[in-house]
Amino acid sequence: MSTEAITIETLQTAGKPWTETVHEWVTTVDHKRVGILYIVYALLFLVIAGVEAMMMRIQLMHSHNTFVSPQAFNRLFTMHGTTMIFFVAMPILLGFANYLVPLMIGARDMAFPRLNAFSFWLSAMGGLLLYFSILGGSGLYGAGNAPDVGWWAYAPLTAKAFSPGHSSDYWTIAVMLSGFGTVGTAINIIATILCLRCPGMHLGRMPLLVWLNLVMSGMVLITITPLTAAQFMLLVDRYLGGHFFDTQAGGSAVLWMHFFWIFGHPEVYVLILPCFAFVSEIIPVFSRKPIFGYPVMVGATVCIGFVSMSVWAHHMFTIGMNSYANSFFTITTMAVGVPTGIKIFNWLGTMWGGRIQFKTPMLFCIGFLFQFLIAGLTGIMLASAPFDWQLGNSYFVVAHFHYVIVGGILFALFAAFYYWYPKITGRMLNERLGKLHFWLFVIGFHATFDTMHIPGILGMPRRIYTYEPGRGWDTWNLIVSIGTAIQTIAILIFVWNLLSSYWKGARAGNDPWDAWTLEWSVSSPPQAYNFASIPAVASRRPLWDLKHPEDPDSRYE
Amino acid sequence: MSAIANPVIGQPGAWILPYRGKVAMACLIVAESAIFTIFVVAYLYYLGKSVAGPTPAQVLETPIFYSVCLLGSSFTIHRAAKLLERGRRDRFLVWWLLTIVLGGLFLYGTGQEWHRLIYDHGLTISANLFGTTYYSLVGLHASHLVAGLGMLVIVLRFAATGRVAQEHSARIEVISMYWHFVDAVWVVVFMVVYVIGR
Repeated sequence: MSTEAITIETLQTAGKPWTETVHEWVTTVDHKRVGILYIVYALLFLVIAGVEAMMMRIQLMHSHNTFVSPQAFNRLFTMHGTTMIFFVAMPILLGFANYLVPLMIGARDMAFPRLNAFSFWLSAMGGLLLYFSILGGSGLYGAGNAPDVGWWAYAPLTAKAFSPGHSSDYWTIAVMLSGFGTVGTAINIIATILCLRCPGMHLGRMPLLVWLNLVMSGMVLITITPLTAAQFMLLVDRYLGGHFFDTQAGGSAVLWMHFFWIFGHPEVYVLILPCFAFVSEIIPVFSRKPIFGYPVMVGATVCIGFVSMSVWAHHMFTIGMNSYANSFFTITTMAVGVPTGIKIFNWLGTMWGGRIQFKTPMLFCIGFLFQFLIAGLTGIMLASAPFDWQLGNSYFVVAHFHYVIVGGILFALFAAFYYWYPKITGRMLNERLGKLHFWLFVIGFHATFDTMHIPGILGMPRRIYTYEPGRGWDTWNLIVSIGTAIQTIAILIFVWNLLSSYWKGARAGNDPWDAWTLEWSVSSPPQAYNFASIPAVASRRPLWDLKHPEDPDSRYE
Repeated sequence: MSAIANPVIGQPGAWILPYRGKVAMACLIVAESAIFTIFVVAYLYYLGKSVAGPTPAQVLETPIFYSVCLLGSSFTIHRAAKLLERGRRDRFLVWWLLTIVLGGLFLYGTGQEWHRLIYDHGLTISANLFGTTYYSLVGLHASHLVAGLGMLVIVLRFAATGRVAQEHSARIEVISMYWHFVDAVWVVVFMVVYVIGR
């Protein structure tokens, strides 16, 4: 077994100065440490963007509230959206991919360790620049100013005339840097998966997590880059006097929308695929059954990858496209629901007849299944162009995509935290606190986002800083805000659990969940070199084969 | 861990995976292609939409000679890479140098064209929509060419001091892939700007 550690005396001296530790983390090229850096960095931004969400909900709690100014409200929703997508969701998912992919394919590191660290620090610089805009947005001329053009930064809001100072430039460069970092990591993940698999790990034997991250990385290559290209154009417009999005000179504001959503919609799938990946690993382990329909799951993933590239303009039904475009994007958007539905049935098929253990990671996965289904259904509603004309730009849309991002992505992420925390730290997360976190968060989530659909149907538009009383929106908004407070308490419990379990949690051992993929074969936390000797595998569940030599999977695959 | 189950694979040596450099460069090319696609789409979409002159038909001249230089450099770098693979280091150096000269010539041609457009015709990036899209698209290509020339020159420096040998041919092949990509992009840009766009 490769669990035996190689002891190198000079590297394991106790009590080194803290500066040494910091230096080690800053200069590290170890995929596990880079992964942890990504995750911790994203958690910091999660707190910041969460506070921004809270401030918006306090402002909207009742009509004519004056908690923040209209200008500040614009900045809040811009920063909240940009931060959550580019500096929370992307880095946290790339962090998990970084940590897990080499361990799961039996490799000692990523294909390009230094590119890996470089990509992380690029993204980190992007996040810093975005928030530095609060100080530097107006340069030396006056008080600071955060970006306030919305996370989609539609033209002509970004034109010099409407966005003076540098706040939009900070936004552009921050997002661009994060994009470069993401593409760098995506290239790295693909090269790692294709070139560093351990002997016997054919493509058909890779864990589903690895497969889904491969497809996700492939999508990143062609979805993030159009945004980067559009950002270049925006910079040309703002600094060199170009006319790309300048309607006065023949440019087109609609072209920016197309470019943005060519990135924006596949991005949703870039974010959800790694979450599908977590769920595909966790549900089988806690159902005590191998995943149902592995080849179909892989096929459905690749199918999602292709179809999701041709759905972007369903974000633009309300701007007035011709009927052919409307029909095309309605059909493609509904079509992408098919492979997604296949996945949901496969997860249910995995659970069916299994001996299900309702541990915290599994609870979050079940919550994910239920909520992601509902999010998909409201998605199908909005995919229909005439329905979208009624509800586009209303709180119904806000409720829909938060159902996807919080109910789907965040729930799957929590499941991943509870499942892999023991591997990363060597300690179990507290199960009681975990269950409390789960139930509080479920209650808060549904109070907020189920309810939020209703003011949308009643006509409440997005991005308004306040509203008139007597439109029937008041009570719903109050419930939404109370739900947000419950979610905040749940998150605080989670953070407390993360911190206290790090020092006081029960020792995890190598394989606390009796799981089947290679990362559980090494110590928790793994040694810097991962595997003392490179493993060889003969099936999709190498640890099952090891634990059950009398009945190995390799006999059936 | 080598003890896991009964590995059905034969010799460990039989387990051959692709070279990471080539895979990564192929990925980079895919990503770059998406960037160029967006700029090409913008160029085509804005054809004839400028509200003021000059127009492409009035000022553009087809750079046949310099295009032949660039496409020729694809042949020379291919030749150089093959020679290195066979261990012919001296001749590799000659063909490599020739690639740099041809690439440099092309860049000079672009510079000359821009100079002519700016000083003779008053077409700048802010003059009109055509100027914005033209300089962005051609400039994006030229900047990739500069990056490629940078890589070529670094290799030349190493090669001149005798530090590029047969065992490095896989890495040289990666640079060669990038260079072919830059050439292929020029074919598209050429078609869009000088054939369709005029």
